Amino acid sequence: MRPFTYERATKPADAAAAAVRNPGAKFIAGGTNLLDLMKLEIEVPRHLIDVNGLGLDTIQPTAEGGLRIGALVTNTDLAADQRVRRDYGVLSRAIVAGASGQLRNKATTAGNLLQRTRCPYFYDTNQACNKRRPGSGCAAIGGYSRQLAVIGSSSACIATYPGDMAVAMRALDAAVETVAPNGAVRTIPIADFHRLPGDTPHIETALAPGELIIAVTLPRPLGGTHVYRKVRDRASYAFALVSVAAVIQRDGSGRVAVGGIAHKPWRVEAAERRLAEGSKVVAATLLAGAKPTQDNAFKVPLVERTLAAALHDARNMA
Amino acid sequence: MDDREQSAISRRGVLVGGAATVAVTATPAADAQGVRPAPQPVTMPLTLEVNGKRRTIEVDTRTTLLDALREKLELTGTKKGCDHGQCGACTVLVDGKRINSCLTLAVMHQGDKVTTIEGLGTPDKLHPMQAAFVRHDGYQCGYCTPGQICSAVAVLGEIKAGVPSHVTADLTARPGPTNDEMRERMSGNICRCGAYSNILEAMADVAGVKA
Ligand SMILES: Cc1cc2nc3c(=O)[nH]c(=O)nc-3n(C[C@H](O)[C@H](O)[C@H](O)COP(=O)(O)OP(=O)(O)OC[C@H]3O[C@@H](n4cnc5c(N)ncnc54)[C@H](O)[C@@H]3O)c2cc1C
Ligand code: SF4
Repeated sequence: MRPFTYERATKPADAAAAAVRNPGAKFIAGGTNLLDLMKLEIEVPRHLIDVNGLGLDTIQPTAEGGLRIGALVTNTDLAADQRVRRDYGVLSRAIVAGASGQLRNKATTAGNLLQRTRCPYFYDTNQACNKRRPGSGCAAIGGYSRQLAVIGSSSACIATYPGDMAVAMRALDAAVETVAPNGAVRTIPIADFHRLPGDTPHIETALAPGELIIAVTLPRPLGGTHVYRKVRDRASYAFALVSVAAVIQRDGSGRVAVGGIAHKPWRVEAAERRLAEGSKVVAATLLAGAKPTQDNAFKVPLVERTLAAALHDARNMA
Repeated sequence: MDDREQSAISRRGVLVGGAATVAVTATPAADAQGVRPAPQPVTMPLTLEVNGKRRTIEVDTRTTLLDALREKLELTGTKKGCDHGQCGACTVLVDGKRINSCLTLAVMHQGDKVTTIEGLGTPDKLHPMQAAFVRHDGYQCGYCTPGQICSAVAVLGEIKAGVPSHVTADLTARPGPTNDEMRERMSGNICRCGAYSNILEAMADVAGVKA
């Protein structure tokens, strides 16, 4: 690990300002992704701003009847919150489907949203990777790509966004609240938060330099049945090959978002409008234009089957 | 300004910065190519409560809690396995919650209460979970055992507190210490000898249920 200076921030706007004042600065929350990458010198911050003392660790009701989740609320506390379990079950389910108990005790809402890809070539500093070193190429293209994207990828990067929590947040139409170094506050819809790789796979989100996440807001509860289905190589403690977050209403309408297949949680509203026609039609619409590799072509039928299983679960639970 | 002066300033900045947000760390001047020299190692004082004792140490900011426990505080019961949060051998309790001590910086734990395997019990006064692991042969080589035991203690606490897991059927109901619940919650602790079924028996014994 490279040396770095360290400070503990006490006010959100001060933390954001400190991030632009110190070149090479990064925020550290739970540290479970950042430190992992710092040990491998994939991330090499010169200055760390510890945001754990910002007082952003509560979940509050909003005036609109939703919830405002502080950026520093841990994954365990968010998944265990009674309101979340009752009204946003898909979010609790997605969180507990990820990582381990130890990691969820440290992982935070903001840090989880910003976790970086698990592309094996991103992790191997001897390999070309446009995300790690812009312009160096992409060793995954033509390499071992079983875990990687089947849709929305580019000729520069075929990595996936690996997280579970954000897939549920996408289905719920959450919004990310931030504060900029100049103190300006803005709200970014989750649909626009994660980006597709395009020619700049190293730019992963809509955040500007130094912009700090302060909260994630959930709109008022949708009702319906909440399901999160995750398919992985072992029954627990593994990243998704494919996951489906679904909120299905009694009349069969609803929302579905898919994880593990793209550089961002994948949701296509036009596909949801065809839920009544069954999982085959929905999956085909969701994956229109998919460009799987030979290694990950299995994800295309797997999306359809995982979706079918999620819809089946929803019917059984309703 | 040479590197040494630079790092002295940085260090002072960090020390002053303990309580409030003050980023007085100066920015190293760029060289002719626009490449800044690598920062020098920075150390900071740190006080935490480990196994009921207040300890003050000086640590490099890069030191993980795991390395601070093992190398600075000579508490080598906590083990380093993968050092990337994948195996669970480094599991300790911080303010009562289990975490991977390898994926957290020591300096992030100013004032925290840390419990390691040495603090759970002693050879002549074992914690009930330690005693149950002995009784049920919940290990072979023993390397993952301190992490398994810390995790197991916390798992029963999490079930009692009603924290849901991936296998909890009804999110609005309280989970119980069933085999499925305990297995799922222990998935962050890998045992390469495969002592899993005996670990489960030890946990069931402490939880007062049949494995
Ligand atoms: C072994 C292992 C298995 C895992 N399995 C899964 C899994 O199955 N599913 C899953 O979803 N995840 C999984 N994870 C990833 C885990 O969920 C993330 O590491 C965690 O959520 C990151 O949160 P954190 O608070 O620790 O982030 P940190 O590591 O502290 O930060 C991550 C990034 O976010 C930035 N950041 C943090 N807070 C803010 C803020 N408030 N504003 C702006 N930027 C901020 C940091 O600068 C950093 O770039 C796994 C991790 C490990 C190590
Ligand atoms: S797919 Fe993306 S992350 Fe993976 S090697 Fe290529 S550029 Fe890097």
